[in-house]
Amino acid sequence: MSGYPEYMQGLLKLVEETRPDRVGKALRAMNAEEKEQILRDWHPDYKMDQKRKLKIGSSAGELMPHEVADTLEAHPVIKPGDIDLSNVVYDVDVLVIGAGGAGLSASLTAIEHGVAPDNVLMIQKLRLGDANSKMSQGGIQAADAPDDNPTIHYLDVIGGGHYANKPDLVEAMVKEGPDVIKWHEELGVTYDKLEDGTMQLAPGGGTSRKRMHSCKDYTGLEITRVLVDEFINKEISYVEFTSAVELVMDDKGQVAGAVLWDMDHDDYTVARAKSTILATGGFGRLHIQGFETTNHYGATNDGVVMAYHVGANLRDLDSTQFHPTGAAYPAQIVGQLCTEKLRARGAQPLNNDGVLFVYPLETRDVEASALIRECYGREKGIVTPTGMRGVWLDTPLIDVINGEGTIEREFAAMFRTFNKFGIDIREEPMLVYPTLHYQNGGVEINVQCETNVPGLYAAGEVCGGIHGKNRLMGNSQLDLYVFGRRAGRFSAERAKTATLGDLTLDHLDVYEKMLADAGVVTDRKAPTLLPEYRGKRTLEHQLKML
Amino acid sequence: MGENESEMVTIHVMGKKHEVPADLTIMKAMEYAGHQFRRGAGCRGGYCGACAAMYRVKGSYKLEGALACQKIVEDGMYIAQIPFSPAEKITYDLSELKPDANTFLEYYPEISRCLSCNTCTKACPQDIEVMDYVQASLRGDVEGAARLSFDCIGCGLCAVRCPAEIVPYNVGQLARRLNSRYVIGPTEHVLKRVGEVEAGEFDADIDELKRSDRKTLQKRYESREVKL
Repeated sequence: MSGYPEYMQGLLKLVEETRPDRVGKALRAMNAEEKEQILRDWHPDYKMDQKRKLKIGSSAGELMPHEVADTLEAHPVIKPGDIDLSNVVYDVDVLVIGAGGAGLSASLTAIEHGVAPDNVLMIQKLRLGDANSKMSQGGIQAADAPDDNPTIHYLDVIGGGHYANKPDLVEAMVKEGPDVIKWHEELGVTYDKLEDGTMQLAPGGGTSRKRMHSCKDYTGLEITRVLVDEFINKEISYVEFTSAVELVMDDKGQVAGAVLWDMDHDDYTVARAKSTILATGGFGRLHIQGFETTNHYGATNDGVVMAYHVGANLRDLDSTQFHPTGAAYPAQIVGQLCTEKLRARGAQPLNNDGVLFVYPLETRDVEASALIRECYGREKGIVTPTGMRGVWLDTPLIDVINGEGTIEREFAAMFRTFNKFGIDIREEPMLVYPTLHYQNGGVEINVQCETNVPGLYAAGEVCGGIHGKNRLMGNSQLDLYVFGRRAGRFSAERAKTATLGDLTLDHLDVYEKMLADAGVVTDRKAPTLLPEYRGKRTLEHQLKML
Repeated sequence: MGENESEMVTIHVMGKKHEVPADLTIMKAMEYAGHQFRRGAGCRGGYCGACAAMYRVKGSYKLEGALACQKIVEDGMYIAQIPFSPAEKITYDLSELKPDANTFLEYYPEISRCLSCNTCTKACPQDIEVMDYVQASLRGDVEGAARLSFDCIGCGLCAVRCPAEIVPYNVGQLARRLNSRYVIGPTEHVLKRVGEVEAGEFDADIDELKRSDRKTLQKRYESREVKL
């Protein structure tokens, strides 16, 4: 029985009819001029009315989405006078803010470099391990195959990023890729392997080799849960359901910890630290241009906001990644990720005639643009009952090409998700449309994960520079561990010699003055910590009584 | 979302009655009703297990488990979230363990109390054969326990329901780490490449790319060999 409404049945028939002829066929990839053209015409990043130049701070003048600028042109959530800095509750060498892949790697590495487990403190807004890291499905890149090497990986990354990447960061990432996989296997991460014991590798959009290592389509889940398990084994101290809401500085201009806010009790504590690592993830829950998102509930740009309040440099925030294939049907899962690995294993994007209209493994920005053009330029999309447009992603081809059972074995998560809504992706295609996936830019770091503010480190999605203006599939998983480990190591080294002065929050007054001088008049406050999804009635009738 | 006209159903969240659109997940229905999650919400895509919930439908005696972000509301549903399970996670040093039944029995001896009642399996929102992997670990079948438990997202519902007080998801985690480290083992071509990187074999080539201007890089990129 079909999982799609009656009116789509005719269109589904076209997909079935054209399927045998499409096996083994692919359109050629676009050339450089064609790519440039389609990006300019159709990629959301190129809609200039959706962005503005930031008015304040060291990145003033930089273009970024209105939703991001809104969080930076906003008042800090606390005032210096609200906080008693003399009452330091946590006094540690290394403070890690965020408990996803980067934060977990940083903590584990900090203790390898001599910091005692109770001298590292991890703060997490939600649960240990709850982060976008866990939601990654398709895989992690690392150039360890015989026909591949880090130099080839380097060229893929920098070309895919439109040559805007920071070369030192790319070098660190591609060279350490194989060592990350080795580290994971020592920790007990289970990667998919072939019968001969070698890695089962898949291509990704914009890769020139098969370089994607996977754990079924639960890659991020598998890696994250192993790191969480090891983190608990090492007895590293942590506090969950507690947000960092501002960084604390000292009178020598160093970052020296953070003000923490208890999500259960709405009270605050002060943490002092010789090194502070931002591993807070991205901004998907800001819903740039109203897009649905693949992101975790907590992805609200907190790290970039806090870093900017202390004067950290930002970069590449003009560039946002829209994943080509988010679910477009059923309505309950709209925007959720349909992994790129589906296309890597043979699924094809088709229009309402059942015709393949784009090479399935273009880089994500180009692929997403092609889907948007098909729906809104060529009017060849399929309209859902809620009025959304999408294109087919012909998943049954995966079993046709790779043999029966491949979908169930390699795409357990996808199979399960769609099955719940009556769609058997072995028999019927998915309906997909681009979805907000990743912030390509963020806080600028060097290869030691230092920001320009002494004492402040950053790793993971909160950073900018690694992926330039477009990230390739599987390189965010890799960057989490490469730079997470680097942040752990170099922050631990710093903590051995750093000395702190008197704590201060004066930088918040400076920030307020910048806002006033730039004529920013607003009641917005940031970091926002959580997205707002409450119903209209509730929001219109709010009364704070207690 | 959910604020357009659609069929409404009645649900009870922690006993309180709400009218919500029939096509929403438990999570979105609770938000529609006015709830802002601080606990009990995570990835919102079925990958993290933060939103475990128990529910019963009016007229039924059965308590069922679900992920609030995945389960569509039903008329007459009584819902309680179970966002935390105070279960014990044993700490260990993986490098000192052996992949056999004794390891499981030493760290999680309660698995020997398994009643084979299958309540864990029935509670699992991922439809995992939970009891089977607990039994596999009891037999020392590390590979089987690892394979059967692989899709576990650690929501904790199995542990909450188990009458023998076993914490299956922790047993599965131990099985998978033992299996990867000792049964499967490291990958030769990965170790080889790590050695080559450490020996500096790619330094000169990457240095050259780093020094190249954009035009040269673009030429190299556009003409690179693609072997997929």
